[in-house]
Amino acid sequence: MKRSELVSRILITMAVLGAIAVPILFWVRTPLIHARVPEDGGWIPDALRAQVGVPLRLRLTSDDVLHGFSVGQMRMEAVDVLPGSVTEVSLMFEQPGTYTFYCTRQCGPNHWRMRGTIEVTGGSTTQDAPSAPLYVSLDLDLDAPHDSAAVPGEKPSAARGEQLAASLPIDRSIDYYRSHSPYQAFADLEDTSLTAAQRWDVVASLWGSNTAPEALARGGDLYAQNCAACHGETGAGDGVFADDLVAAGEASAQAMAGAHDMTMQAPVILADPATTLGASPALLQGKILRGGMGTGMPMWGSIFTEDQIWDLVAYIYSLHFSYH
Amino acid sequence: MLNRTELTRASALKNVLKSRYPQLAVMVVMLAGYLFAILAGFIGTPVGSHNFSIVFVWIAWWAVLILVAVPFLGRGWCAVCPIPLPGEWIQRGAVLDPPGSRPRGLNLRWPKALRNIWLQNASFLLLALFSSILLTSPTTTAIVLSAMLFAAIGLSMVFERRTFCRYLCPVGGFIGLYSQTAPIELRIKEKQVCVTCEGKPCYSANMLRSGVGSQSGYGCPWDVFPGGLTKSTYCGLCMECLRTCPHDNIALNRRPFGADLAAPTKRLDESFKTFIMLGSAMVYAAILLGPWGSLKDAAYNVGSGGWFLYGAGFLGFILVLLPGLFAAILLPLSGRRPLKQRFAAFSTSLIPLGLMFWVAFSLSFVLTNASYILGSLSDPLGLGWNLFGTAALAWQPVLTAILAPAQTLALVGGLVWSGRTARKTSAIAGGSPVPVIGFSLVATLVMLWLLL
Repeated sequence: MKRSELVSRILITMAVLGAIAVPILFWVRTPLIHARVPEDGGWIPDALRAQVGVPLRLRLTSDDVLHGFSVGQMRMEAVDVLPGSVTEVSLMFEQPGTYTFYCTRQCGPNHWRMRGTIEVTGGSTTQDAPSAPLYVSLDLDLDAPHDSAAVPGEKPSAARGEQLAASLPIDRSIDYYRSHSPYQAFADLEDTSLTAAQRWDVVASLWGSNTAPEALARGGDLYAQNCAACHGETGAGDGVFADDLVAAGEASAQAMAGAHDMTMQAPVILADPATTLGASPALLQGKILRGGMGTGMPMWGSIFTEDQIWDLVAYIYSLHFSYH
Repeated sequence: MLNRTELTRASALKNVLKSRYPQLAVMVVMLAGYLFAILAGFIGTPVGSHNFSIVFVWIAWWAVLILVAVPFLGRGWCAVCPIPLPGEWIQRGAVLDPPGSRPRGLNLRWPKALRNIWLQNASFLLLALFSSILLTSPTTTAIVLSAMLFAAIGLSMVFERRTFCRYLCPVGGFIGLYSQTAPIELRIKEKQVCVTCEGKPCYSANMLRSGVGSQSGYGCPWDVFPGGLTKSTYCGLCMECLRTCPHDNIALNRRPFGADLAAPTKRLDESFKTFIMLGSAMVYAAILLGPWGSLKDAAYNVGSGGWFLYGAGFLGFILVLLPGLFAAILLPLSGRRPLKQRFAAFSTSLIPLGLMFWVAFSLSFVLTNASYILGSLSDPLGLGWNLFGTAALAWQPVLTAILAPAQTLALVGGLVWSGRTARKTSAIAGGSPVPVIGFSLVATLVMLWLLL
């Protein structure tokens, strides 16, 4: 073999190795968290580990459409995860526990399934035992019918109700508000001389006095970001994925007891007064926190803080009451 | 020869072309890029617009091929294509060394019945049917690139010379067709020198078969005898004959555009290649640039009922409707030759039209997507790298102001060129060129409507 042949073979081998081995080496050293629509795998990997007080640096990329990333129960701004690009996130955990990270962009009808967990260990701080949510304390059946037996003819006004309520012995405590539905409060006013419309105005003022404008604004933002895609911007049940949930129908039935109740179904029409005014804040808290158990309504308990859920509940009632 | 300028008279160019090193260097770089494209397709981001395999194969390489290499250099790309390289090295048992005495592999002759481009027509159509996912899915692109590489290696082990390039490569078929229009050719200088040349090492110095031959090179890898070259269709511009010719009788010439079209083809496989390319440019323009969502869905949802309908329509349009219409307009023409021969001959006039259809169509998506090239250069696998600081460049169509005028110019130019070719063909094949010009005009108007 001539020297030129030998040198050529060596150079060619180097070029081929350079084209294959070097990129593979860097590829192996560049771990990414891949985001895919849930039908194609969701977050890969979906189980992460971290230490209290040690920054967790994540490099996220989307393999298909626009996704978002956030961690539940934490104060953090959601970040977008763009197709083919890498987004870097650094997280710091102060408490041990199991955190849920989730997609914040409506990436498809199963968007709400796109979640993963971060197991955080270590740290010297002892965690307070979580208290039972109110709907558990009140022993509410989240799946029992709760339609309101009466609905207002026009949107009740808190301002009008405020004047009417001045002379009435009304319990404005937060405990009463959270444990009673607007219809129950309406019924409690049955013995007064007020007309039905006036009683609804008083209920609106009662609800308004337990609804801070800031809470309403926060609840509105949460609703727009997390709920409107199914329940619709105005609560009419006409979000962009509503039709997909209906279409999924029986095909989405899950293999567990009571399967007929476990299929995807049309989102609840929150703008329907019969539905919403028959539910107490505690009941709505429970529905949001636990989710719809296979109906397509996500379980938000691992994502929203308790305050966020109350803010959201307050916003839902504002669809029916005029607070100004 | 009239209107020819021998480029190899320039000794510097001739030396560069005769030396194996410059070509080998380019080919090895291409091979490294090709292998990297396969790798990127398999391990890089599945998002096509951020993956080297899609961006560099279907945007950068395609742009260079169809807008520059084919129109100006003919088979210039084939001269540096890396696909046959590993197989050829195995076949020869050498990278640079002259032919050895012992053949490697079986070195069979390619079956006579398949010595045409029907298989290339089929391989192009096969890829064309899946083009929507091929152009967008890095994994699919990597599978196809790998398959082509392994097919070339496998064929080199069984058959002699570059069988894959000559008879199977889905790209090589149309490059050969359009190389007839390019202003460059490899030809002999003096015919008599070839006639009297003993051994004809430019063709037969294939040591793998004969065990004898020139120390300076191999017999034509493309199975072409340079002494008989009248068209550039099957000359791969590999320059092997320039190296092996003991009489310095090989020249690389500059020539007028479309010089080979003066002699119309007689082969139906080449005629159908013309219609395949003409029709697929129109179908692609409709799918990729047209406003018909359901057509796009059908083409993209491979395996669905809609896709089968699309496939049937695609093949029907290209293989039946277009050639059928063309034959129908030739039918009433009086001519000295039978319809089959006139069909083949006049299809030659559609070659420049098809080339310009592809140029016009490619301008659209190349200018639209060119900005992905810089981003992909910095982050070829979509891993968040930023090698050259260009990873975050936003997508931005380029030169949009010149797009419509350039496309119009290309299409109208193609029509005129096609008309001139039809006139020359009619002088040889008989009959009026008017129906063929009318056919070209209607096709051009359809393409203008699709693109603009």
